[in-house]
Amino acid sequence: MANIEQLIEQANKKALEIIQNGQPTLVDVSTAGEVIPGMTKKTIFHAGPPCKWENMSGPLRGAIMGALIYEGLAKDAEEAEKLAASGEIEFGSCHEHSSVGPMAGVTSYSMPVWVIQNKTYGNYAYCNMNEGLGKALRFGAYGPEVIERLKWMERVLGPVMKEAIKLHGPYDLKTMIAQMIQMGDEGHNRNKAGTSMFVREFAPYIVETSFSQKDKADVLRFMQGNDHFVLNLTMPAAKCTLDAAAGIKYSTIVYTMSRNGTEFGIRVSGLGNRWFTAPANYIKGLYFPGFSEKDANRDIGDSCITETCGYGGFAMAAAPAIVLFVGGTPKDAVNYTTSMYEITTEENKMYTIPALNFRGTPTGIDIRKVVETGILPIINTGIAHKDPGVGQVGAGLVNPPMKCFEDALEAFVAELEKEGLV
Amino acid sequence: MKVNELFKQELKVINMGLRSFATDLKSQNVEVVHVDWRPVAGGNKKMASLLSKLKGK
Repeated sequence: MANIEQLIEQANKKALEIIQNGQPTLVDVSTAGEVIPGMTKKTIFHAGPPCKWENMSGPLRGAIMGALIYEGLAKDAEEAEKLAASGEIEFGSCHEHSSVGPMAGVTSYSMPVWVIQNKTYGNYAYCNMNEGLGKALRFGAYGPEVIERLKWMERVLGPVMKEAIKLHGPYDLKTMIAQMIQMGDEGHNRNKAGTSMFVREFAPYIVETSFSQKDKADVLRFMQGNDHFVLNLTMPAAKCTLDAAAGIKYSTIVYTMSRNGTEFGIRVSGLGNRWFTAPANYIKGLYFPGFSEKDANRDIGDSCITETCGYGGFAMAAAPAIVLFVGGTPKDAVNYTTSMYEITTEENKMYTIPALNFRGTPTGIDIRKVVETGILPIINTGIAHKDPGVGQVGAGLVNPPMKCFEDALEAFVAELEKEGLV
Repeated sequence: MKVNELFKQELKVINMGLRSFATDLKSQNVEVVHVDWRPVAGGNKKMASLLSKLKGK
C-alpha cells in the first residue's frame, strides 16, 4: 500500500512549486463581456461561493442592484430589485469564471477589467477596477454618484489604461507585489506603496496616449486619490497564481478562500472545484465615524485570495502601519504573520519581509495543519454595511470558520477511502 | 544523575499544558518557559482520527 503521507507531501510539493513559480503579469484592459468566460448581458458574477438571490446579504444585493442600473437593465433600485429576484438574471461566482472582485465583487458585462496572465502556466485571471473607499458599488452602494463613477471608468479609465498598457508593454505584478511588501504594504488593505509605484510606472505612458488632456489628468488624479487602486491587481495576480495549482491529486493545499457576505468558502487543490462552506464570521475592527458593529455585514469579498497566496494578512509583519486601519498594534501584526508559518507549507521565495530578516511570507495553507493546530488563517478586510445602498463602514480582522477546513479534511479522507488508500 | 543531585542545581523548567503551573513557578522567581501547547485538533476526536489516517504507515 502506498504511503499516503508521502503521496500528500509529493502533491503539496508540486502545488507549491507551481505557486512559487507563478508569474502574474498585467497584459491588457478589456471589458468583462469580451473576456470573462460565461459572461453575457444578463449575467452578474459576484464574490465568494455561488449564492442564490434569496440568500444574498444586503451589500451583495445592493451591488447587484447597482450593476443592473449601471447596465441600463433597470431604471431605479426598485426595478433592479424586482429584476434580480425574477430569475431573469443569471448569477455566478467570480471564482468559477477565472475572475475575482473585492467585497461584493459584482462584475457585469460592460465593466472594464484588468487582464492578468500567469506567464509561466498560461492561464488568465480578470478583475474589475477599484472605485475607491466609502460609497462604492463593491460595498453595496448604488447611488447616482456610484453609477456615474462606474460610467466614467468604462468610458475613460478603462480605455486610457488599455492604451497605456499597450504603449508600456506587459507589467510584471510579481515584482510589483514583492516591492510593495518591501515598502510597507501587504497587498490587501494597504496598497499605498504599490499604487504609488504603479502611477510612477504608467504616468509617462498615460501622457502618451491619444486621449484628451482632461481625460489623462482625470485618470492620474483618480489613481492618485485612491490608495487601494492596485488591490484589483494584487488580487487577480494571486488568483492566476493559485488557479494553476488547482486539481493536483492528493494535495491538501488551499487554492481558494472567499466569501459572499453570507458564507465563507474554501477550495482545496486535491478536491477540485468543490466548495466547503460555512456561515461567514463578523469582522473585529475599526469603524468610520457614525458607524458601529451593529451596522456591519458578515465577512464579504474575494480579496482573501491575497492571504491564500501568502500576502495580505499573512504579510502583515511587513506593514505595521496597517494597524491604524484595521486595529491592533505593530507587534500584533508581526505575531499574525509568524503564527501563519504554523499552517503553511513553505516560505515565499519572492515575497520577503525586511522586519523578519527577509524571511519569505508564509505560503500554501495546508488544511491538515489548520485542523491539527486549530490556528485559522488571518484575514484583514473592509467592513460593508449590512443594508444595501450604504457602503463601507470600517475595516478589521477576521478568520474563516473552522468548519470549512474540517469538512474539507473529512471529504479528503473519504476520497482516499474510496481508493482504498487509508 | 541521581535525583537528589538534580535538586541541588538551578531548575530549568519547560511547562506544557496548564499555564497555572508556569505562573506558580514564576511567582516564586523560578525561570520557566511555557509552551503554548494544545491537543491535536483542539481535542476533537473525530478530526484527530481523520488526521491520524493521513500519517505515514
